[in-house]
Amino acid sequence: MQAGRKSKIAGGLVLTLGYLFLFIPILSVVFYSFNESRLVTVWGGFSTKWYGELVQDDRVLDALKLSVGIAVTASTGAVIIGTLAAYGLTRFGKFRGRSLLSGLVTAPLVLPEVTTGLSMLLLFVLMEKLTGWPQGRGAVTIAVAHITFAVAYATVVIQARIANLDPALEEAAADLGARPIATFFSVVLPLIAPSLAAAWLLSFSLSLDDFIITAFVSGPGSTTLPLLIYSSVKLGVNPEINALGTLIIATASLVALTATVLRRRAE
Amino acid sequence: MSAATERQRNVLALPWFWLSVFVLAPFLIILAISISSATYGAPPLELFIDWKSGHVVFDVDFDNYALLASDSLYLRGFLNSISIAFETTVLCLLVGYPMAYVMARAPERIQPMLVMLVVLPFWTSSLIRVYAWIGILKENGLLNGFLMHLGLIHEPLVILNTPIAVQIGMVYSYLPFLVLPLFATLQKLDWTLLEAAADLGAKPWSAFFRVTLPLSWPGTMAGALLVFVPASGEYLIPELLGSAKLPMISTVLWTEFFANRDWPVASAIAVVLLLILAIPLFLVQGRQPAQGHI
Repeated sequence: MQAGRKSKIAGGLVLTLGYLFLFIPILSVVFYSFNESRLVTVWGGFSTKWYGELVQDDRVLDALKLSVGIAVTASTGAVIIGTLAAYGLTRFGKFRGRSLLSGLVTAPLVLPEVTTGLSMLLLFVLMEKLTGWPQGRGAVTIAVAHITFAVAYATVVIQARIANLDPALEEAAADLGARPIATFFSVVLPLIAPSLAAAWLLSFSLSLDDFIITAFVSGPGSTTLPLLIYSSVKLGVNPEINALGTLIIATASLVALTATVLRRRAE
Repeated sequence: MSAATERQRNVLALPWFWLSVFVLAPFLIILAISISSATYGAPPLELFIDWKSGHVVFDVDFDNYALLASDSLYLRGFLNSISIAFETTVLCLLVGYPMAYVMARAPERIQPMLVMLVVLPFWTSSLIRVYAWIGILKENGLLNGFLMHLGLIHEPLVILNTPIAVQIGMVYSYLPFLVLPLFATLQKLDWTLLEAAADLGAKPWSAFFRVTLPLSWPGTMAGALLVFVPASGEYLIPELLGSAKLPMISTVLWTEFFANRDWPVASAIAVVLLLILAIPLFLVQGRQPAQGHI
């Protein structure tokens, strides 16, 4: 059929162009990270020397350690709070304050990041003046801010899973005499575990990647990886950033694939 | 109180505590600071409410809002941000709708892979992805090299640090936010309706405009909103690809806060930005965006 073939070709063209648009920038970073030449756009032969320079750069290593530490804390905190919030929002019916709670959970998803960053920084400054905590700004305030926006994403992911659970399973456990806490740990938790892992990975990568909110709530001496990348990018394209970018892209792809597999298994 | 309600309170105690302190309180604080006055000191402001010799003293100051309305710097910032967010949304629709449509009509076994390929860039560092465009768009970058190699141009085009570069970076960054919810809607569409339209004599285009488009409207609006709202507060892309030549409202807020140390004005900008963004959110309220794939 003539029309069918034509539309197939058109469809293939649309997808090819769309995916080229999405992937050429990413692939160009990977490609030029193996470039011998310091001039980023001139190909000077294959080399891994920028990776060598990267692993000897103490600033990069320190920033990486700080960022990973914060991301692990933030995603763990976000999954704990997110699980409780998601369970309450899906299982407790219409309790008082439900719409306020669900609004507060999702607010960071819709607020502009500059607003979230500014408001959290102002909170920390006033809190320190009133209570003495937090003392200055640094890893602690960054972790608190990251937990807060990651809770939004974690809750959405976990809530979708709990909503698909058959409540009859929990009722059966209760009928057989299991206390609510035992029901949660032995029935609900194993069933939603893959979505918890997916939520953890999503929170982890969001925390590792965040620049704007971090820029507001960080202090002297707490330079995370995105802050470091930003300050060197402001000075122009440089091959070491290409190497670092490639490592980040590789890690992110692995995390994304894992999370997708986990969620598909959950469904 | 019954055991069940007490249990519910215990489960939600931590979420309530965390979200009240770190989401609700900060919001109330910027509201309060936006009606306070700036002074020299640390912190550099005088709160609108004070406790002086046993009396509560109110000194509400709407000057910050008056300033936003009178100084064209702020008005231009808001207009720039909104118009670039609007253009981004339209361009994302033009690129993203055909993509989502073809994805939804692709054979079912390759759909998960097609979705994965859209999700992957979303998980990859946004900073690195914006940075990549500097290498592509600059004067001796990939794009100019490619076009000159083909002989299409003889002089390099100046794209980086212009509004066009910002626009390209924005469409690129926000495209997945539109494609994913739209794909989720189109995937569930009953395609036999299109066959019915064709059987009744509708031309493909007319069937598209009278059947497919209306049915996919909720997903289209959800996706457009997911692009428009964050795009209007975007800071990074104009900063890196436009060298802030086109002042966005987020850049103005940033400068007021970090360079001018004017906390009340920065807070007032944040409040107005929230109010502006609340309008489209209310208009599309009740239509939950499809979050399933992110």
